[in-house]
Amino acid sequence: MIEGLSRNAARNIFFGGSIFFFVLFVALTLHSHYYIVTESTDHDGLTEQVRMGKHVWEKESCINCHSLLGEGAYFAPELGNVWLRYGGDEDPEAARQGLKSWIRLQPLGVPGRRQMPSYKHLTEEELDALVEFLRWTSTIDTQGWPPTISG
Amino acid sequence: MKYETQKVAYPFFIAALLLFAGQVSFGLLAGAVYVWPDFFADFMPFHIMRMSHTNLLLVWLLIGFFGATYYLLPEEAETEIHSPMIAYIQLGIFVFAGAAALISYQFGIHEGREFLEQPLWIKILLTISFLMFLYNGTRTLMAGRKTAISIVLLLGLWLAAIFWLFAFYNPANLSLDKMYWWYVVHIWVEGVWGLIMASLLAYLLIKLTGVDREIIEKWLYVIVGLVLFSGLLGTGHHYYWIGTPGYWQPIGSFFSALEVVPLFAMVAFAFYMFWRGNRNHPNKSAILWTLGCTVMAFFGAGVWGFMHTLSWVNYYSHGTQVTAAHGHLAFYGAYVMLNLAIITFAMPQLRGKRPYNQIRNMWSFWLMTGGMAFMTFTLTFAGVIQTHLQRVMDIRYMVAQDDLTLFYAMRFGSGVIVVIGALLFLWATLGKPREQVPTGATHIATDAA
Repeated sequence: MIEGLSRNAARNIFFGGSIFFFVLFVALTLHSHYYIVTESTDHDGLTEQVRMGKHVWEKESCINCHSLLGEGAYFAPELGNVWLRYGGDEDPEAARQGLKSWIRLQPLGVPGRRQMPSYKHLTEEELDALVEFLRWTSTIDTQGWPPTISG
Repeated sequence: MKYETQKVAYPFFIAALLLFAGQVSFGLLAGAVYVWPDFFADFMPFHIMRMSHTNLLLVWLLIGFFGATYYLLPEEAETEIHSPMIAYIQLGIFVFAGAAALISYQFGIHEGREFLEQPLWIKILLTISFLMFLYNGTRTLMAGRKTAISIVLLLGLWLAAIFWLFAFYNPANLSLDKMYWWYVVHIWVEGVWGLIMASLLAYLLIKLTGVDREIIEKWLYVIVGLVLFSGLLGTGHHYYWIGTPGYWQPIGSFFSALEVVPLFAMVAFAFYMFWRGNRNHPNKSAILWTLGCTVMAFFGAGVWGFMHTLSWVNYYSHGTQVTAAHGHLAFYGAYVMLNLAIITFAMPQLRGKRPYNQIRNMWSFWLMTGGMAFMTFTLTFAGVIQTHLQRVMDIRYMVAQDDLTLFYAMRFGSGVIVVIGALLFLWATLGKPREQVPTGATHIATDAA
């Protein structure tokens, strides 16, 4: 197959084909961008509080232990659906308080159990924002992932 | 070594190797936490170990690529490096930025997106250094002979820098954030870094086998074409469950399954060229790393990638230890081994010796490669069981993890072997050279080759 191909022909196929697939890829991501903003996420619901919560999530680098929509460090539980695991769709107030007190309890100091660090330096406002960010995340249309509530 | 300025590569390789030692050390610490969860909990939390581990990897691989470029570019372009001074300053900035990131992590100063944790000012320094490198490399290329190897290599590095710019874009909408985050992460390792890998392999194969450039460069274009034709739309395998449209499931499944093809082509390429070539190169350990790189990249990136890339499989396996298994062997096979191959090949010339400490170097190959393979197996078993417990039987994460302890213990053991292998590699390449060349090998090591 390759014997009948000259180096210049191979080069032209490489450049032409790559540009074709790159353009196609960018076009599809632009459409996906539009789809995310208009359909699969609560884009209008990105309040100041959700933004602040995402900032807290990043400042503490939660992703380097937990995973969020399956991406992260796999060292600690998935949090994309943690709001639902805490029953937030039924009783939002209980879920909010439950999540906040769980974070405040850390570190648990249970021998032989993976240890979440202390987050006692987070203010009430930051904790509320973080939980609100996790609630917002649980509303993303993820094509039915994860398969179980365990995440 | 034909050109004086090829020497520029020497400090790059030394810096890369020292950071490599740091990378595996942090990996060992993190692996220990899986086995002894209280280990270091108060002193250094897991997330700091992990970001140190992954960041050091990226920084040393890039420094290795820079060094490799400076090493081969004069030979390819048949002219000296445009400015050795820019190269040294650029290396200084890059190492400083990498070290500053590492130190700031230990004090809890970091940004929060995976792999992009570097504080903003460090990201800017890395960008400046990268651009200085590209300026220097491009000026050198423009001044001399333009070969397919140097064009594809610099194209890969330019595109890596361009896609890196998405690291500065962090939208508030998490789905958008994730979609563009993959523009850096996936397009790097399964896209444009493939160009870097294939061109460096092509260079090594020309040198080690003596096959005609015309033939090697044709293969190079075919392979990098296959890399981008499959890899760009292959990004779709990250767009299954993050809020992106459903059409990414068939598109991502189809194109990312094809990502195996260029990886297999690289194996065929390397072995075929050695079969065809008539040069009996004295640097046997460089040959071992070159062939080993293509094989392990095929298994780590290709086979282990394919294992969980189809959307209906990934639905269950996404974000489990299966991903960790694939990530480890893919990076090791494709990029770690590639860098170690180039370093093994170039070091004798940079130090003005015939190939040295080859036996020690080959021991380090088998220790590291064996250790990484074993680590991948244990993590794969852990991941399969985790998938079943958590994703089929709906058992909670922390409960399921308790059943995986045996595999984490074995993973730690294989990690120890990898660290020993890595230290042996440093000793072999940086330590006192004892020339070791098999009888009958062609005497070309100290001159042009």
